Amino acid sequence: MRKLVTSVLAGVGLALACGTSVHAQEKSLTIFWAEWDPANYLQELGNEYEKETGVKITVETTPWSDFQTKAFTEFNAHGDAYDLVVGDSQWLGAGSTGGHYVDLTDFFNKHNLKEVMAPATVKYYAEYPGNSGKYWAIPLEGDAVGWSYRKDWFEDPKEKEAFKAKYGYDLDVPKDFKALRDIAEFFYRPDQKKYGIAIYTDNSYDAMAMGFENALFSYGGELGDYSTYKVDGIVNSDKAVAALDAYKELYKFTPPGWAKSFFVEDNQAITENLAAMSMNYFAFFPSLINESSNPNAKNTGFFANPPGPNGDQFAALGGQGISIVSYSQKQDEAMKFLEWFIKDDTQKKWAALGGYTCSAAVLKSPEFQSATPYNKAFYETMFKVKDFWAVPEYAELLQQLNQRIYPYMIGGSGTAKETLDALAADWNATFKKYGRVK
Amino acid sequence: MATTMITTLDRSSRAAARGLSDISIRNLFIIPTILFLIVFNIFPLIYSLGYSFTDFRASTNAPANFVGLQNYRDLLNDPYVWSNFAITAKYVIVSVVGQLFVGFGVAMLLNRDIPFKGLITTLLLLPMMLSMAVVGLFWKLLYDPSWGVINYALGLGNFEWLADPKMALYAVALTDIWMWSPFVMLLSLAGLSAVPKHLYEAAAIDRAGPFYTFFRITLPLVAPILMIAVIFRTMEAFKTFDLAYILTSQPTAELISIRLYKMAFQEWQTGRSCAMAYIVLIMVLAITNIYVKYLNKVKER
Repeated sequence: MRKLVTSVLAGVGLALACGTSVHAQEKSLTIFWAEWDPANYLQELGNEYEKETGVKITVETTPWSDFQTKAFTEFNAHGDAYDLVVGDSQWLGAGSTGGHYVDLTDFFNKHNLKEVMAPATVKYYAEYPGNSGKYWAIPLEGDAVGWSYRKDWFEDPKEKEAFKAKYGYDLDVPKDFKALRDIAEFFYRPDQKKYGIAIYTDNSYDAMAMGFENALFSYGGELGDYSTYKVDGIVNSDKAVAALDAYKELYKFTPPGWAKSFFVEDNQAITENLAAMSMNYFAFFPSLINESSNPNAKNTGFFANPPGPNGDQFAALGGQGISIVSYSQKQDEAMKFLEWFIKDDTQKKWAALGGYTCSAAVLKSPEFQSATPYNKAFYETMFKVKDFWAVPEYAELLQQLNQRIYPYMIGGSGTAKETLDALAADWNATFKKYGRVK
Repeated sequence: MATTMITTLDRSSRAAARGLSDISIRNLFIIPTILFLIVFNIFPLIYSLGYSFTDFRASTNAPANFVGLQNYRDLLNDPYVWSNFAITAKYVIVSVVGQLFVGFGVAMLLNRDIPFKGLITTLLLLPMMLSMAVVGLFWKLLYDPSWGVINYALGLGNFEWLADPKMALYAVALTDIWMWSPFVMLLSLAGLSAVPKHLYEAAAIDRAGPFYTFFRITLPLVAPILMIAVIFRTMEAFKTFDLAYILTSQPTAELISIRLYKMAFQEWQTGRSCAMAYIVLIMVLAITNIYVKYLNKVKER
């Protein structure tokens, strides 16, 4: 019995000791984000903050594929493991109406962030519902989908000549979607293991949706009316049907096995000499100009998503804002970090580390635009971006989009019109279920 | 006659010296387990049954409303869910039948005197000791159309195993067969070595042919243990998630567990996914029951 009492006491002692050691490190903040380079840059920025204030910043990451699941599992359990979260733009609805995010409207207005940050980032990363003037996040990582291409393939005089002979115009960075298609077809040479284009096709999260949106928005189409939730006649309009057909057409010129590809595969298409052009988020471009990760770094160029047949030019939005988790015990400390983060100096540092700042002043500065080969394309893109639905049930909408579009894109079943008609019906039923339309 | 199952306590043991009776020792061992089961298995099971009749979403603060059988009705009317079930059935049949043939076949080959028998058996067991996720990642590389070993070895060029809507499910089943045939093999080996040698001797004296011996002696005697392998593998195949999730995203290979995962943890339709989980549970129970009935029949023979 004495042994038992001793071991219980020892256990209690150990627990108390651990408890106090946690107490001693109270000045620390945990930020949750997905596992990618920008998260490392944020950690470096956090180290600067620790030097200045003594508050330790830990950026905790998880792979993209289960980022959403892990974050919401923690939110739903009202857990305080994370003080701040750099959440995807689509999460705003679920995060705000679910009570997971702290309302940052006062903070936003006090610091006039509506003017300080680029307009699109405020609209898509911070405000929910649209035009409500209520803000739940501070734009942190601006991002959109752009393109990289093989400059050496494009500039080869023999290729240029052959291209002009075949298509009747010069081989250059594509000026519209038709040129994008032609160039993809031109470089599609399976016998030489060279392929035309790399696009997003993964249907497990939002990759497929982002890829399709690039075509849809540039073709002048929309996913629906974000204020009335009307979708029929919009997501299945003639423009949308043409856009889906155009995106499916590009799939013909992808490398083999391109049925579950996202950012990793699309960068590989450039580094492994597979494709002439590759779609990807700007956030993944830093590794393409780095010679240690891309042997073709010197020969890689970048361009913004091209316009569609009517001259509309838009791109799908990526990127995230940073929010304070409402279950955090250190909300005041988190607020102080945000105050530091929005300072001009910090934003400059953030951009220098490799983060895509959303600060309008930094974006417009010539230093930023000439800092990398893609910053100018990024700056241009960030002023013409559009995003997916941000309603709390966005994941269901995404799943329905994947369920309808994937079999058409990859499996070739049905027609574009049938696919989008069915999608409109699915979405309408979902909005009905949640009482958004009658 | 359950009391005869309990061995009585040795009078001279330390436990007896402390005044503990048989019953209290039994309780000491059993009650924690039962409590654990109730808290972590039975309670969530019943709790989720309650949720399956509501429109509860774990991601919002909205209260759960009672919707009756709505979730079950919607799910059973959803053509996607039916297609997920059809895919799962096809997968279970292909992978279990495949494992049975390969596993039993290899066991027959090993059930004779060959050199290094122990070493070969151990090596053959390796696949099933790997983690599902690791197997999935490895096979994804093996199947790769550009640099995969499989296409290279079979001379299939750029055949897209995992991107082809018709092939994807079979590719996943093939991986499952590779991984779990050793399990069937192990059980079959145990069954085969338990067949009395004198039966074969008697058959040889009666000049019975190899086919006759196999179908009249070997198979009937190994059948009960093979049935156990089939039950285990069917239940496991029905629940397959990791392998298929990692290998392919083809809708034609979307097993019911993947659909359930998406519904529960990506869309956060908690109420509806509880209903779905119950439908799956009832199906697995029904299938297992049919097997167990059949197993008892086989044993009786």
